[in-house]
Amino acid sequence: MAFIKNILDKMKPTFSEGGKLSAFGSLFDAIETFFYVPNETAKSYGAHIHDAIDSKRSIFFVIIAMIPAILFGMWNIGSLHYAAIGEATTLFGSFFYGLGVMLPKIVVSYAVGLGIEIAVAQWKKEEVHEGFFVTGILIPMIVPVNCPLWIIAIATAFAVIFAKEVFGGTGMNIFNPALVTRAFLFFAYPAMMSGDKVWVNQSYMDSIGGPSADALTAATPLGQLGAGETVSYDAMDTIIGTIPGSIGETSFVAIMIGAVILIWAGIASWKIIVSTFVGGALLAYLCGDAADLNFQWWEHLTVGGFAFGAVFMATDPVTACRTEGGKWIYGFIIGALAIIIRQFNPGYPEGMMMAILMGNLIAPLIDYCFVQSNINKRMKRAK
Amino acid sequence: MANVIKLRKGLNINLKGKAPLEKADVKSTGLFAIVPDDFVGTKPKVVVKEGDNVKVGDALFVDKKHPEVKFVSPVSGKVSAVERGERRKILSVQVVADAQQDYKDFGKKSVANLKREDVLSALLEAGLFAFFRQRPYDVVANPEDAPKAIFVSAFSSMPLAQDFEYVLKGQEEDFQTGLDALAKLAPTYLGVSSKQTANALTAAKNVTINVFDGPNPAGNVGVQINHVSPINKGEIVWTLGAEEVIFVGRLFNNGKVNLTRTIAFAGSEVNKPAYVDVLVGQQLTTLIEGNVSTDKHIRIISGNPLTGFKVEKEGFITAHSTEVTVIPEGDETHELFGWIAPRFNEFSTSRSYFSWLFPKKDGYVLDARIKGGHRHMIFSGEYDSVFPMDIYPEQLLKAIITGDIDKMEQLGIYEVAPEDFAVAEFVDSSKVELQRIVRESLDMLRKENE
Repeated sequence: MAFIKNILDKMKPTFSEGGKLSAFGSLFDAIETFFYVPNETAKSYGAHIHDAIDSKRSIFFVIIAMIPAILFGMWNIGSLHYAAIGEATTLFGSFFYGLGVMLPKIVVSYAVGLGIEIAVAQWKKEEVHEGFFVTGILIPMIVPVNCPLWIIAIATAFAVIFAKEVFGGTGMNIFNPALVTRAFLFFAYPAMMSGDKVWVNQSYMDSIGGPSADALTAATPLGQLGAGETVSYDAMDTIIGTIPGSIGETSFVAIMIGAVILIWAGIASWKIIVSTFVGGALLAYLCGDAADLNFQWWEHLTVGGFAFGAVFMATDPVTACRTEGGKWIYGFIIGALAIIIRQFNPGYPEGMMMAILMGNLIAPLIDYCFVQSNINKRMKRAK
Repeated sequence: MANVIKLRKGLNINLKGKAPLEKADVKSTGLFAIVPDDFVGTKPKVVVKEGDNVKVGDALFVDKKHPEVKFVSPVSGKVSAVERGERRKILSVQVVADAQQDYKDFGKKSVANLKREDVLSALLEAGLFAFFRQRPYDVVANPEDAPKAIFVSAFSSMPLAQDFEYVLKGQEEDFQTGLDALAKLAPTYLGVSSKQTANALTAAKNVTINVFDGPNPAGNVGVQINHVSPINKGEIVWTLGAEEVIFVGRLFNNGKVNLTRTIAFAGSEVNKPAYVDVLVGQQLTTLIEGNVSTDKHIRIISGNPLTGFKVEKEGFITAHSTEVTVIPEGDETHELFGWIAPRFNEFSTSRSYFSWLFPKKDGYVLDARIKGGHRHMIFSGEYDSVFPMDIYPEQLLKAIITGDIDKMEQLGIYEVAPEDFAVAEFVDSSKVELQRIVRESLDMLRKENE
């Protein structure tokens, strides 16, 4: 693999300060560190040895954890499509159909988001941060399959600029950028985000232009619940995920595989995941749904974006609580709030997005309480 | 039975090339240097000229603010250079040793019969007070202060660190005399590891003994202070290295200054790790030459790889170092796809690597690369998991970075020293230079408050 090194070394002067293409220095740096671990060594004072973990590896493990949900989501797109038009299909047939629908969304999300990130990094003369690699894959997973590409592009640009870069980039943002994307879509293009026409893909072309008049329809369990109808899916469907919904959120099983990877690698806080589920379960049990709707209280945890949000979005370390005690409270509040919104707000059949954004908002307050108690203890001791 | 304090947080780093408990002989080059920067917080005023003859224990420079705090020569010989840098800053005072060592006589004294002032003036006169450090600020102590306590840690849990129990053998009497002297100055606390069994430690007299059981940095005196008697605003605590207690004991028992240390010479790039007797300020050339790997770039560290200072082969051992370690520099290494490759040779706290599954029994070879790009603090709980003090390290560091002095005080800046953040700096995936920013903030605070 030495030839890659040779090529990169040869190109380096062109992209360095004073080189012809120095305006693309950040991009070059991103590519170089993609291939090679930086060989920068420690300064003369301080820790001379370092743990091999860096933010790049952590971030890519988050993406690895999302792969089961992505693959299932692709298959589910195809499966729902063929079922709706009444054609038989195979496992691979469904999957490749879904791949064809999903890929453009991923490409658009990455192209827009990374473009902005690289431009900002170059402007601020910083390295490109990896954070958007997660955001960029999250965005296509939390939108309905019929969401048009141009809307994804606008929403992504909005979120990256106003939810992230204005705060100072990865590590400094208050709200999870992927959720800001979804919130933007939700309020700016409500017709694209809910109802029963957005969940089944009509054809490739429609995903570019938006749902056509005679779109295939399918209702999500929460949609049916919100309308007071009997839920037409079994508990098993919601656990495996063969139901309509945002692309990545439907399969509880695939998401839990991701959760195991994240917790095993120590990247996501298990405290947040557990407490979110506890909070959600408690509220779902206490609130309860009408008995005749074919919906158990615990199914709230398997439908909609609850599990996906708990595992992949509430655990975003930048926007979550940073104190260990605070993480318990933070997760609990998100889980509880998600169910409260689902049950008591007729406008939003899905509550997870709002719950996590609210959680992001109060996370600093929770941290403040924990830190302040440590400060008070120190002040008291001094007397 | 001594008080046992169990610590849960921290991280032991098993590096290759630990020094076996045996001594090797190394001749000195004859050149010694005392470096003012090793004594943080001192403004040196040189009291010798080039060409002057000095005895062991004669002052080379004193502190401008407290001229009674002397920094003395470890050898007798001729002052060969007063090395100056930018703006005539004094970098070092160098002495070439005579063949025959000539000691300044300070007189044998029985500590039991001395008063506090007598002990203090004896230490100041012989230049040993210069080794006392104080918290807050982790700087050379001020002899006019009345500290609430003196803390000594009898062990270091840092990677490749000196085994003090081994060093102590044969010097138990001097160690106890040293502790007796400290006890005259202020109530003295000795921190002992749960693995240490030497009678001189577990049954030391005139001190309060606390036993610490836990991973690195349990041996840090700052961690021990935090658990035994945390420092409040306005309070002062002195600290002294365990081997420096022996220096104090030698002074009273023999009437001479003897700054001999038994250091660990260790690390993966050392051919034959061993313990070596050296004097404070000794030149390293004879120690290093012919005894380290020559097939790659190496990094020589005065101290351990987590808190030490990078030095050159012709450099000098820093004043407080109890080991000299040599690791690969690593700048020739270009690892492909580090973000996804398994990298079995790497040590990590993250289970995205395999060091948790197949730990290397004989230790890891870690080089000096920082192994990642500089980032904002992204992942939470990293510092906290290796910071066994009742302090929120991340919040404190953020207060430091934003220069919020009130917040720093509230969050416990006066209780910490840079070395307390060493393990956190190791595990940090954002590769922030924690020890440097803590050091800078302590210097800044000291200036503000004085």
